[in-house]
Amino acid sequence: MLDSKLIEKLTRIVGPENITTSRQDMICYAYDATQVEFLPDAVVHPANSQEVSEILMLANIEHFAVFPRGAGSGFTGGSLPKSGGIVLVTTRMDRILRIDTENLIAEVEPGLVTEQFQQAVEKLGLFYPPDPASLKFSTLGGNVAENAGGPRCIKYGVTRDFVMGLEVVLPTGEIIRTGGETYKGVVGYDMTHLMCGSEGTLGVVTKIIFKLLPYPEAKKTMLTIFDSIDGAAKAVSTIIGNKIIPTTLEFLDYAALQCVERRFKLGIPPEGRAVLLIEVDGDRELIEKQAANIHELIKPLGLVQFRVAQNAAESDELWRVRRLVSPSLKDINPNKYNEDIVVPRSKVPDIIRAIEKIQQKHGITIVNFGHAGDGNIHVNVMVDNSIPGMEEKAHLAIKDVFQAALDLNGTMSGEHGVGLSKAPFIEMELSPQQIRAMKAIKAALDPNNILNPGKMFPWP
Amino acid sequence: MKNNIQDPLKRIEEELKKCVKCGACRANCPAFNVFGRETAVARGKVALVQHLIKDDLELDQDTYMAMSKCLLCGSCADKCPNDVPTDEIVIAAREALAMKRGTTTFHGALGLVMKNRMLMKLGAALGYVLAPLYYKKVPATSGLRLRFPVPFIGNKRHIPMLAKKPFIDRHPEVIQGEPGKPRIVFFVGCMTNFAYTEIGEAALALFRHLGCTVIIPKGQQCCGVPVISGGDINAVQELAVKNLEAIEKYESDYVVTACGSCGGALHQLYPSVIGKRNPDLKQRLDVLAAKTIDASQLLLKLGLKPAETGAGEKVRVTYHDSCHLRTSGVAKQPRELLRNTPGVEFVEMEGADRCCGMGGTFNVYHYDASMAINDPKSRAIIATAAQVVATGCPGCILQISDGLKQHGSSVKVMHTLELLARQLAAGK
Repeated sequence: MLDSKLIEKLTRIVGPENITTSRQDMICYAYDATQVEFLPDAVVHPANSQEVSEILMLANIEHFAVFPRGAGSGFTGGSLPKSGGIVLVTTRMDRILRIDTENLIAEVEPGLVTEQFQQAVEKLGLFYPPDPASLKFSTLGGNVAENAGGPRCIKYGVTRDFVMGLEVVLPTGEIIRTGGETYKGVVGYDMTHLMCGSEGTLGVVTKIIFKLLPYPEAKKTMLTIFDSIDGAAKAVSTIIGNKIIPTTLEFLDYAALQCVERRFKLGIPPEGRAVLLIEVDGDRELIEKQAANIHELIKPLGLVQFRVAQNAAESDELWRVRRLVSPSLKDINPNKYNEDIVVPRSKVPDIIRAIEKIQQKHGITIVNFGHAGDGNIHVNVMVDNSIPGMEEKAHLAIKDVFQAALDLNGTMSGEHGVGLSKAPFIEMELSPQQIRAMKAIKAALDPNNILNPGKMFPWP
Repeated sequence: MKNNIQDPLKRIEEELKKCVKCGACRANCPAFNVFGRETAVARGKVALVQHLIKDDLELDQDTYMAMSKCLLCGSCADKCPNDVPTDEIVIAAREALAMKRGTTTFHGALGLVMKNRMLMKLGAALGYVLAPLYYKKVPATSGLRLRFPVPFIGNKRHIPMLAKKPFIDRHPEVIQGEPGKPRIVFFVGCMTNFAYTEIGEAALALFRHLGCTVIIPKGQQCCGVPVISGGDINAVQELAVKNLEAIEKYESDYVVTACGSCGGALHQLYPSVIGKRNPDLKQRLDVLAAKTIDASQLLLKLGLKPAETGAGEKVRVTYHDSCHLRTSGVAKQPRELLRNTPGVEFVEMEGADRCCGMGGTFNVYHYDASMAINDPKSRAIIATAAQVVATGCPGCILQISDGLKQHGSSVKVMHTLELLARQLAAGK
């Protein structure tokens, strides 16, 4: 608990309107999308890096924990105040500081919502591609901290690939600039990319310089349905093997397909076993050619349906099948554990088969969909936790899924991060030496362990 | 049990479990957009109600304020990936909170909280003097009284003039049309009946033009939306039953509304909130819901061809989506009608689907926030250089007029039906 003197000091930093200790606010900043709850002792909404710096300096003197938070839409509890302390919300810092159309860069504050940034640059004919599913409400600061991905990553890369420079308040309160405005830059350690994906454990990002691209002239969406998962997987490697890099290659397995069809009756052919949603973008003539090529290439692979959208409305209609997966999953069971393993893309059929065996072993349903183009599969373990023993079963199955991904040279998380939920499993993927090196970085930057403590690693 | 408010909350306990706190509601909530705090957004309210049920949250001023920060626009529920009916949850919470305070309505309870702060600011004394005059002709059960509650008259809010004679009193109960043409019941709604009677006249002209028999039951009451937003479910139930009786008295093909909120009540809130509590009413309410249709939807369906005006300049018109119309699937229809009207040059505004900030009684208790929500709306309308902004809900008309006035704009705010009727008259 924080005493009243401390609250007074914090109030002096952020102003009385921007600190709260009411029980209502503590309840409302206790959760993210992980479905666990830890109540903080206070919530602060600083306005700038100076205020963030003063808060962190105070935390080092008084030894209380600070938990940075954007929209609170994470899936692994990365922003949750596990041990009490204060939640530091970045959403008041939500300005676009500049969009530089000559150098194709933009500088923003961390609380800006991803989609609002995209819309602003698109008005100028520019493009910020990273598109996490939460882009309508997640913040760019959160995207950087979690190194968010999305369907378009196969062609354009993840958030990290667009971050050129940062302003970061270090855990000790010092404000530093990392990287910069140049595409090249090799002076010193790459602190920028160290911060990307550090889950708010190494610093609070207060400004971000992003790289932008020209907005693609056109895009084309194709909905393709195959009579086997192998056909769909073969399609992925065939397309890429033929030097076509689509913008997205989203896939749904049979269980996901059945779920959507049962609930929404989209008219999917009964022999369909897997869906690939393919999108290409770029020069209008080029993508016409690419779409035709793709059709030719995948025809022999057990293709049962091939639909091409002729306009934006039709494209939206084709995307529906992908969007409707999540809402229809609850028809199977009320509780969902959503993991996001990655395997090399040629290994997608292997991981699907491995997951099938894990389902049988534990007697539970698992639905798979996701970003086939980069091998990032959303594995949804569907259980009913009101049945005794189910929760434990789900956790055992998840552990097996992680192991299967690692056995195929994959990773246990492509997008969601470690946070609290994956911390107990991290030793399956990282060696003791790696963990020691990472903890040494943490200790060097945060000697008093006040910034987002208890995350990422198994802590004693 | 400390809070002793469990009954309404039990009703929605199962619904609460659907919420996974993903945060999608943050993208669609006009209140959150202005307040910027989790207590204002749907998942925050879900969390608070969960703690009320767990009985470890006090019903103090902060809980009331959090629950008051909702416009019941339904946008969060509409876009929720998990189908959480947040509007029902807020209604149940308000009902529970009102019970706790020992008043019949959440607004009453909230009034206790707000009164001291608001009264002086809003020049209440003047309001008390004027109120009896203002509401002389409006029944005590009308939601209109909640939209401009007595202590708040004298607020900077611009209030519409009340009509000399309410719309329903001006017309016979049944206006015979051509044989073989649809028989429609016109559910007028309080705003149209007492203040914006021209909307009612427009609807009447348009449906008579199409040969419909128009029935305007004298027994119809307030739909109950402002009352339901106050959590007084019993009062809403009484209104619903009276409306059922008035409408069922006549054989009809459609029940037509010209107000997004009235339509939402008949179409969605009656079956979901009242029907769930009263299985014996459910079937009748379901029939009513199935028959209920927005005027623009029906005009299009019946093939209204707005007449050629021939002469005169075109009017530049933009359209604002009422939340309750948009979330019930009425968005394309009014636009199509306007686009098909020869005297209209239609132009889209930016963010046409964004809330105007009215929110039933929200604007009464959070006037400044309500105008902050409205601000981008006014700017977007002005940016289109339209002469008229059309919309399908009298509540929006009131709010948008207020916003435009404060921006010093002369853009006229009209109901879509008024525009259509005017073009029709010009063509004759």
